[in-house]
Amino acid sequence: MRDLLRANQRETIAFSVLVALLVSYLATHPAGPTTYVMTIWANQCLILALAAIAQFFAVIVRGIDLSVGAIMALTNCIASYLVIGTGAEMAFGIIVVLAAGVGCGVLNGLLVVYGRIQPIVVTLATASVFVGLALLLRPTPGGQIDYDLADALTLDVLGVPTALVITAAVIGLIWVPLRRTGLGLGLYAVGSSEQAAFQSGMPVAKIRLASFALGGLFAGLAGLYFSLVTTTGDAGIGPNFTLNSIAAVVLGGVALRGGVGTLTGAIAGAFILKTIGALMFFSGLPPLAQPFVEGLILAAAIAIGGADVLRVKNKLEVFGR
Amino acid sequence: MPRSETAIVRLSGVSKTYGATKALSDVDFACFAGEIHAILGENGAGKSTLMKLVSGVIQPTSGHIDVDGTRTDLSSPADAMARGLICMFQELSLVPDLTVRENLMLGAPGRGLGRLDTAVVERAQAILSQIDGNAIRMKARVADLTLAERQQVEIAKALSRNPRLLILDEATSALNASVVEKVFRLIRARRDAGVGVLFISHRFHEIEALADRISIFRNGSHVETFDNGAYDYGAIISKMVGQRIDDLFPAKPDPVADAEEVISLNGFGWSDTLDDVSIVLRKGCITGLGGLDGQGQGEVLQGLFGLLKSTRGDCMMDGWKITVNHPKAAKSPTLGIALVPEDRKTEGLVLEQSIAHNMELAALGVEGIDAGDPAIYQPFIDALELKCDSLDQTVSELSGGNQQKVALTKWLSLGPRCMLLADPTRGIDVKTKTQIYALLRRLADSGVAILLLSTDYEELIHLCDDAHIFYNGRVVRQLSGADITAENIIAASLNMHETPAAAEGTAHA
Repeated sequence: MRDLLRANQRETIAFSVLVALLVSYLATHPAGPTTYVMTIWANQCLILALAAIAQFFAVIVRGIDLSVGAIMALTNCIASYLVIGTGAEMAFGIIVVLAAGVGCGVLNGLLVVYGRIQPIVVTLATASVFVGLALLLRPTPGGQIDYDLADALTLDVLGVPTALVITAAVIGLIWVPLRRTGLGLGLYAVGSSEQAAFQSGMPVAKIRLASFALGGLFAGLAGLYFSLVTTTGDAGIGPNFTLNSIAAVVLGGVALRGGVGTLTGAIAGAFILKTIGALMFFSGLPPLAQPFVEGLILAAAIAIGGADVLRVKNKLEVFGR
Repeated sequence: MPRSETAIVRLSGVSKTYGATKALSDVDFACFAGEIHAILGENGAGKSTLMKLVSGVIQPTSGHIDVDGTRTDLSSPADAMARGLICMFQELSLVPDLTVRENLMLGAPGRGLGRLDTAVVERAQAILSQIDGNAIRMKARVADLTLAERQQVEIAKALSRNPRLLILDEATSALNASVVEKVFRLIRARRDAGVGVLFISHRFHEIEALADRISIFRNGSHVETFDNGAYDYGAIISKMVGQRIDDLFPAKPDPVADAEEVISLNGFGWSDTLDDVSIVLRKGCITGLGGLDGQGQGEVLQGLFGLLKSTRGDCMMDGWKITVNHPKAAKSPTLGIALVPEDRKTEGLVLEQSIAHNMELAALGVEGIDAGDPAIYQPFIDALELKCDSLDQTVSELSGGNQQKVALTKWLSLGPRCMLLADPTRGIDVKTKTQIYALLRRLADSGVAILLLSTDYEELIHLCDDAHIFYNGRVVRQLSGADITAENIIAASLNMHETPAAAEGTAHA
């Protein structure tokens, strides 16, 4: 139990912060905790959560992905052309959108693994390429997404926001099984000590490639869900999501040095970030002061995780954190 | 000895070069099933390169490797593992952020990236219980384990993979004698079951106890292979170094009864790991700290060097009470305390920086010393015969022994009054060891007080003027002069007051 708590300490803190924020948000919201309020909140959270998951797969293997927002923009623009029409046409459209996401991720991965270029440089470059493609597709925001599909996936199921159901499905159907495979373990091993992973006989190159492909897939899903929520295509959405996805994984207890953190933590981080934003909106604070207060809350949330450094009695152990 | 006729691994005319450096040249070498084959050689003799070739980490520049009589390219560790060639690396192959359990499953053969194999965990646990590893919790993070515990996990991990050829590279360097004996028992059992074992160790008595055959390497060449016992100690050493070393340890001077006290610790304690430790460090004396691993010895050094918060007890220097609360205070000329830490790769050196920059690190910010002046390092570089192309070479390119020389030089240049050393010869070749021993004795003679933590009891016996044996955070026995014997050290380490023969059965009850 001691080990379990210690291993999940960062996540535990993230979830506690999230619950506290959510309660104060629902308490201050003029309409109160209705399904409608929850649905709007959950939709916004899920978009960022999917982006944060994409970032998580890059960070966990000691990388970083500056193209998360760009892939979202590109897939959003593709969706605004293809996710409409008959059921078969929409299914085809969704497959193309997700394939585009995976393709972008694999391209990043190939450049990192076989080009031996640092992830930060590769993704900075490819981000421009992806946004460029998105702008070619949609020089100005426009297009349309099938309203029925959008309603089906962005409203609620028996009073529970669909976005929350999707979040649970991602954790239960993708993350939990993945964690029990060699690939899931390999992601952490490569991020924590690439040499140890290699000497243990793990296929390090394949794992890195897989992590970027998964990252691309989730960036594509984020782009797709953004399309469903906004029902339009916009090439300019990227930069915001890239930076917020990085902030979200850090908030969720994922270490930027790799090897530490969980996907559920990254999701919690994204939800925290969006909830702080929503809280500000209804807080009655002057709009110009909101970024300042938002920043303070963010900093405080991160500081809680680092507070136990003060209790360390051997100064050398501080460096290991 | 049930030795088979075809070699599991045979190297023919194998060379390996890194740029201009020849790590191995034209080596013919074979290892058979059912034998324990020890590899002996100095640093840079090519032992580790040989191990890396056999375990698929690197590939030969020329020549070829046969596995079971068929020519094979061992393209990766995974490839070698699939053929039953399992290596336990000196540079630990455990992932620090994963738990013990996860590490045991990592890369288990036949699973690849698919579902994890939990059967290996049970096998590994059974092995751990045979080598005193019961206390290691499966859910503990590897980073939170001690070095010795990590080595135990490494051994269990390697053995749980059912090797046909087990490669042990300094596998037991941090383990104490009783655990080492248990590990050897397991290895012998595997040998008798037909497993081949390649064994690198710098502890000669371990090789003598374990090996069936011994191969000597020198300067990247295979010098000779012979049966254990064919040559005596002196002859083997001279084959390794190419010249004869008469004595590993320098002569001990006669004890000076009332040598001046430099530092005295009274009732020193910290957290729940150390309690009531009293040690006096005298001018010109080498004081040893012994015992099993993790009994608090390391914390004494860290405490003296200002790395621990809220320690108990007094620390007196020259009759004045002092408080050391930061390494910066410890290294200041007024106190003059230096610490050469246990793990040179993470705590002792900045591996990616040059030798020159590493050596400057300790002297920087010390009043009255010009860190940029190469002259303050030169005497120690000469005394230790540091081997390098230039001082601008990065430290990571040096062999372990030469890295340790850099770590030592860095602190010696300060002219400390008190030198704290944590296992300075761990995993280091014989020749470097003798150089370090000689240097420590000379330092002591020049009036430095030396506190030496050692896991090798030979060092306590032959190098130290007195020794404090730790058990469970306390000094259980203080030995000096002729009382420092292997029997006394082992008995005290196990907190027994009988002979080790009687202690054997109950030591870990």
